[in-house]
Formats: sequence, structure tokens, C-alpha cells
Amino acid sequence: MSGAARPVEGEPYLAVEDLTVRFPTADGLVQAVTDLSYSVELGKTLGIVGESGSGKSVSSMAVLGLHDRRSAQITGSIKVAGTEVVGLSESKLRDLRGNAVAMIFQDALAALHPFYKIGKQLVEAYLVHHPQATKREARARAVEMLDRVGIPQPDRRVDQYPHQFSGGMRQRAMIAMGLINDPSLLIADEPTTALDVTVQAQILDLLQDLQREFNSAVVLITHDLGVVAEVADDVLVMYGGRAVEYGTCKQVLTRPEMPYTWGLLSSVPDIGADTGARMIPIPGNPPSLLAPPTGCAFHPRCAHKDKVPGDLCSTTLPELLPGSEGERHVKRCHLADPDAIFAAEVLPEIAPDLVEEPR
Amino acid sequence: MFAFLVKRILSGFLTIMLVSMIVYALFWYGPKSPALQLCVQETNGRCGPTSPRLADYEERLGYNNPVYEEYGKWVKGLVIDRTIMLGKTPYECPAPCLGLSFRDKTLVSEQLKDKFPVTVSLAVGAASLYLLIGVTVGALAARRRGTLADKLLVSSTLVFSSIPYYLVALLSFLLLTLNTSIFPDVAYTPLLDNPAKWASGLLLVWLVMGIFGATSYTRYSRGAMVESLSEDYVRTAKAKGLSARTVVVKHALRSALVPVVTIFGLDFAFLLSGTVFTEQIFDLEGIGKWGLDATYIQDLPVVQATSLVLAVAVVVANIVVDIIYSFLDPRVRLS
Repeated sequence: MSGAARPVEGEPYLAVEDLTVRFPTADGLVQAVTDLSYSVELGKTLGIVGESGSGKSVSSMAVLGLHDRRSAQITGSIKVAGTEVVGLSESKLRDLRGNAVAMIFQDALAALHPFYKIGKQLVEAYLVHHPQATKREARARAVEMLDRVGIPQPDRRVDQYPHQFSGGMRQRAMIAMGLINDPSLLIADEPTTALDVTVQAQILDLLQDLQREFNSAVVLITHDLGVVAEVADDVLVMYGGRAVEYGTCKQVLTRPEMPYTWGLLSSVPDIGADTGARMIPIPGNPPSLLAPPTGCAFHPRCAHKDKVPGDLCSTTLPELLPGSEGERHVKRCHLADPDAIFAAEVLPEIAPDLVEEPR
Repeated sequence: MFAFLVKRILSGFLTIMLVSMIVYALFWYGPKSPALQLCVQETNGRCGPTSPRLADYEERLGYNNPVYEEYGKWVKGLVIDRTIMLGKTPYECPAPCLGLSFRDKTLVSEQLKDKFPVTVSLAVGAASLYLLIGVTVGALAARRRGTLADKLLVSSTLVFSSIPYYLVALLSFLLLTLNTSIFPDVAYTPLLDNPAKWASGLLLVWLVMGIFGATSYTRYSRGAMVESLSEDYVRTAKAKGLSARTVVVKHALRSALVPVVTIFGLDFAFLLSGTVFTEQIFDLEGIGKWGLDATYIQDLPVVQATSLVLAVAVVVANIVVDIIYSFLDPRVRLS
């Protein structure tokens, strides 16, 4: 790995602090991300979950400085291996992109250039960070990466166009392109969204294998809690541009403390579940980022707001504070005893078979 | 690719045949006898629509024969030498024979050889400027989308293209050639005779045509660029760490060119079939002026020839555009 970013011992590889991203538009200021903080260490995976417009993609694009400088106002701090990314010069950002930090996108058909051969696109990604390498070396590297991500006959497929690949193969090629420069941090923006379930599982396995092999930090953006449960070490739940719950995967998924996370859990279909389990959608629509609701952004859709005294939910934004599970599990909610409500009201609805088990 | 070409060339031939038939029929069944011009010319005006002399001319020019017979003779002349009777004298017309001009009884094919290079010179110069100025400015505006520079550019192209073209051409000729001597020698010199003179003589014309035509290309390519700059694959290119220049030129512009090429192909074909205003104003003897003059005096062989040029140009341009397409976009397979 070349370039400016080198891992610092004992520090998280990616540390985001108080990140705020705003877009001035003709209709007003869109506050896409507000005061977001998280960190990822090498070898670990952070799952960022939330619905469309919750700010998950916007925040991770900021890590690579991909927002247009003229249209985005970014404040706060993003440190990659100790290097501050916010306000970094375009040429230094370029050194980082695709090199120490790589990003893979959803819908590889749209994300790969339709006019260039897969091989050429991989070679281009390699050569830009290895200017001294020859074209022959770059091509050999591209074939090697295609082979590594499980594309059959890579020496032949390297000369094909994206439209000649199947959906799963395209996503594999996309991953190969992301990993071609051995990045220390991989940001995967809904990498399995456009794929069917079997291929989805293969791609997730592949990502996990590669992560183990390269010991890289991974940020996995998804709206699918099933995916998170499978691969993430930590989970960050976002709503309306803010973190609403953040903790280890196990804690957030088994002892969620915020009604929005409950809603997400309730709306995941599970074919292995008890037939008495219900799938409950979250009522209402995602909040407007132009004029976000006062107080807690989730209060207009929250089924539990009447359990909070007064009109606290609609007037005061709850702080992101530790709940009953210790310092590492934080949530943004006014509910006094969320664990009791979850056990008494939510769990019996979504997973009746779990209620009897001793916890 | 080969099968595609054969198919397209065959259907192109059909199109060209149809166009020539329609033009032929329009004159044949039109309100004025096509023989009138020659009759008036040779009798010093003592020939009217009802005079027996006209009937005489019609008989001699073959307008009393069935239309398909005469059209057949015309088509045959394209491949085999023929002899044409104009008045009492026979004229040899070697293949490809496009007939004789009624006006001066010269071979239409010979005239075409003189006029076509003028029009081609104009078309090539103007079209190069369309692309060069139009695509460059459009791409730059798209990159600066929403800024003052972009807004100024877009509105100025709109203002500029709302001025009638003949006014622009006329004013530039008056101001830059006649009143001042910034471009003193607007004239056509064959390229092979004197390349420097060829270029200097046509420079003003190219600039006027090119800048005027480029305004619409600016808008096309700006639109196409704005669209392709927001594509996912452009974001991917940026995320790979490529330089802004590579992202814009190799990734965004490459796909933005596809729609521009389509429009360009047709525009170039129309340029090849003559630029009437330009040739008239700058007094250049090209296809456009030739065709226009011939239409005034019902010079059927010349009109037939100019419409043939247009049909061929459009058909060829379309085939070329399709071929370029397959090079630009690998998803387009010619078969």
C-alpha cells in the first residue's frame, strides 16, 4: 500500500466525529447528516443501517471526499489512519481514493462504465495508484483479482464488457476493482441490494473472506438487518441524518433500545420464524431533511411516544446516551425503560418463540 | 457487421430511388410544364403555356411519352452512356449521366463535379467547428453547472441562435469583408491548387457557419454531459482516484458523445446537400445555390441531381452514424 494513510497503532482506522453534511438547495438547506460519530478498527466491520434518506450513503461518501465542494457543506472530522479528510486537498484525496480507502457501490451495472471492458476498468484503477507498473503487469493483476473474487476463466472474462456479465459476476468484478490496491478500509454501499438471495449470500461470504485475508476495516451500508446480523461487528442505526442507536451487533440486534430499531427488526421477514410472528411495517414516511420534525425526528412515527411524560418527544432532541447495557451501547430515546417495553410489547409480536427462553 | 452493411446499403438504395422518383413525379405532374424553360429560352420568350411551340418542345423532350419510360431512361443513364436530344441537336452524355442542364446545355455531372467540392469544403470546415466549439463549451458548462459562467453561456447561446442565420451571415459579410478588410478575399480556391488560399478564403464562412451551428451543439452536449456526469459510473471513476480530467473526458464525455453523434450525422448530411443562405450570401458556387437557381427556372435535370445528392448524403450519414455508434458503445452490436 502506498500513499499518505498508514494505520496508527491502537487507534481506530476510521474515526468520524461530529460529521455534519448540508446541501444548500433552492428550497432551503438540506441537512443530510447531523453530528454523526463512529469508528472502525482494522479487521472489524461496521454495519450502518437505515432507510433511504437516513444519511448513510451521504456520510460514507464524505469519507472519500466524493461530495461536490460547491454544493456540499461538510463540518466535523473524518480521520483515516490519523489523516484528517475533511478539507483535504483534492490531490491528496485522490491519493486516498481507491487506494487506502476503496468504495464499492450497489447496482454494479450502473456503477461500471458500460463502454469499457471489465479488464480496462480494473487496469485503470490499478495504474492510477501504481504509475510505475506496466500495462502488462496491471492486466496480470486484474486477472489475478478477478480470479480471487471467484470469476471463472478470468483471463477470458477480463476482455468482456459489463453487460456480458451476470449480476453477481458484475458485483464480484466491482469488488475486485475495489480491492485491487489492497485498501485498508473498504466502504461497501449496499453491495448486495440488486442481487438475488443466493448470490447475496455468496457476495457477503466473499467480502468476509477478503476482509479476513487483508485484515481491512469494512463499513457496510445496508437497509437489510439480515445482512448486518451476518457480517457486522458493530451496528450503527441512522434515522433522519442522525445516529439513533450504536453498539455491538449482538447488543443492538438482541437488546435494541430505540423504537426505530424495533421497527426495523419487526419489518424483517424471516422464513424460519414462528408462524405466530407478525411482520409489522413502520407507519408513516421518512422525515423531510429540509424541515425535520422538532424534538426526536422519529416521534411522528413512534408507537411508544405516549409512554414518555409530557411532550418531551416532540420538543426535545434526545441525547445519544448509554442505556442499560453499558457504555458501548448508546441510543437516542427518551423512554425510561426501553428494555422492559421491548420484552413486554415488541418481542412477543415479532418472535413469540423467543419469549419463553430464559435470557 | 457485413450483413448489417449489406442490408443498410440495399435499403439505402431503395430510399434514394424513391426520392428520385418523387422529385421526377413532382415535376412531371406539376403545374408548369418542365419543357417551358427551354422553349422560352430558345424562342426568345415567344413561348407560353398554351402556345403550340411548347407542345412541340414537350414532344421533343419526351414529355409525351409515359412517365415510367422517361424515368427509366434517366435511371439507365446513370450506368450507361446515352444520347439526349435537346432541340434538334443530339448531345452525348457519358455515364453516370444526370442529363443536361436546360439553362446552358452542359452536362449536369460535370457541373456537379465543380460545385460539390465547394459545398464539401464548407461542410467539413463548419462541421468541425460545430463539434470543436459546441462540445468543448457544452462540456465546460456542464462541469460548472449552475454557476454564473454556465448561466451566461446557456443564455447567450439561446440569444445567439434566436437571431436569424441569414442576418448573421449577411452582417458578417458586410462588416468583415465589404466595409473593413478583416477577411478580404472570401472566395473558393480548390484545396489542391492552393491549400493556404483555400483555407483563408473560406475562413470567415466557416466561422460564421460554425459558431452559429455550434450554439445548438453547446446545448445538446451540455445536456448530455450533465446527465452523464451524474451517472453512477462517473462516481465510481472518481472513487477510484482518477484525476478530474480523466473522469470528465474518458468517463463522462465518452458517453455524452453518443447522442451528439446522432444529431451530427444528420446535420452533416444536410450541410453536404448545400448551404443555401451561406452560398448565396458569400457568393460561393456550391450545391445549395446551384439547386436554388435551378428550381427558379424549372431546370429538372439539375434539381433531380441536387436532390439525389441530398438523398445519398442522408443515407450515407445514417449508415456511418450507425457504424460509429458500434465503436462508441459496445452494447450496440451491428447485426
